[in-house]
Amino acid sequence: MEFPEELKYTEEHEWVLIEEELVTVGITDFAQDALGDVVFVELPEVGTMVEVGKPFGVVESVKAVSDVYAPVSGEVVEVNEELPDAPEVINTSPYEDGWMIKIRLSDPAQLDDLLDADAYQEFVAEQD
Amino acid sequence: MLKKTPLNDAHRKLGARMVEFGGWDMPVQYRGVIEEHLAVRNAAGLFDVSHMGEIEVRGPGALAYIQELTINDAARLVNGQVQYSAFCYPHGGVVDDVTLYRFDAEHYLFCVNAANADKDFAWMEQVLAEGDFPGVTLRNLSNDFAQLALQGPAAEAILARLTATDLAAIRYYHFAEGVVDGVPAIISRTGYTGEAGFELYFAPAAAEQLWNALLEVGREDGLVPIGLGARDTLRLEMKYALYGHELSPEISPLEGGIGWITKLDKPSFIGAAALRRQQETGVPRRLVGVQMTEAGVPRADYPLFAGAEQVGVVTSGTMSPVLRVGIALALVRPDCAAIGTRLSVGIRNRQVGAEVVKTPFIQK
Repeated sequence: MEFPEELKYTEEHEWVLIEEELVTVGITDFAQDALGDVVFVELPEVGTMVEVGKPFGVVESVKAVSDVYAPVSGEVVEVNEELPDAPEVINTSPYEDGWMIKIRLSDPAQLDDLLDADAYQEFVAEQD
Repeated sequence: MLKKTPLNDAHRKLGARMVEFGGWDMPVQYRGVIEEHLAVRNAAGLFDVSHMGEIEVRGPGALAYIQELTINDAARLVNGQVQYSAFCYPHGGVVDDVTLYRFDAEHYLFCVNAANADKDFAWMEQVLAEGDFPGVTLRNLSNDFAQLALQGPAAEAILARLTATDLAAIRYYHFAEGVVDGVPAIISRTGYTGEAGFELYFAPAAAEQLWNALLEVGREDGLVPIGLGARDTLRLEMKYALYGHELSPEISPLEGGIGWITKLDKPSFIGAAALRRQQETGVPRRLVGVQMTEAGVPRADYPLFAGAEQVGVVTSGTMSPVLRVGIALALVRPDCAAIGTRLSVGIRNRQVGAEVVKTPFIQK
């Protein structure tokens, strides 16, 4: 199971890549593995305002439906248009091709609440 | 405390993800539901179904008792034949759906759903006590049998490597008593996947031996272990009912899509009067197959709409691994049951397009 060092994480199993005021968001390797085969993804439209801790999308596996939560508040400026047609990419490439949305941060202070790779890995270990 | 089949350790060794199912600790998947599903459709899969219950009926009055207990016509069975059937309550709701094995006129075996085994046995004892069936005895043999299902186009070739029994001579829904890899077993040409295949019943002590032997001799044909996840998607593609979803105490066999085994011309059986009334007045709901016409996955309990009006509810739904589209079984108002009827499924406060389609969803 991978926990890339350069990313930040949430306890809801999203990862966050921070680039200036833009963050890219997806679900973690742990999350995709727990879900199993992803067969459907629902993403917000560009321009949607998302709020930290509130669901912005849905990932469905064969067996389960899971909300995906916004790790920060802000405006959705880009969505991964490939995902609805190839949701299985979330299984095969959760940290790269399986990215979900990019958010323009409205409150950079929220980044301080995210976990680093070690803290998230520890959190996951406690879940098992 | 969850119950374990004799293969619990074997599943863990294979890296299975385990879940609670009907009081049992069972593998939901090994390598992935879709991969396992397609393995069964294209090659072969091995299922641990030892959690299923087995209840034996013996005695001179066995047939008369079974006729009263079940909705199908057990008098049509010959020795060595299997019948899909169900127990109903007097009001017409379903106690359980079962398979019935006839060994001879005074010896039968029911295979029942895992979660219902104790309830079924209590119900069978009650029916026996309240009726006049001299000489009939019941035994709950659920702990005395392990059960494997070997399913898929390669199943017969694989099993033939481990048994001298003439498998080609066992017709669909028939069984033979034979020996598999040295283990005495009931070899039954049955299953719940829509594929060719067999179910094997044998002593629990031999479970790990047979499990490993089958996986070994079947490897070259692509045989892999299959979890409950794929078992569910496989049966759903075939429109096979699952107790607790399509059948329940609140859903009659006529509503739940098993009217074809409900023999209302039998002289009597428990539930017959209620079911005859339902047939005369018309069922309030009918089970149909629904396929999404827009992107989305229908799930159990999602509402179904015709226009703005709710006309039914999904009982089981998934993304079909073969069709790669959302499919569902649903109970709908009879006037919305015709094939081609345009409906929508309520998914997260949106109405997503779907239509009633012919079943099974895939042609076998």
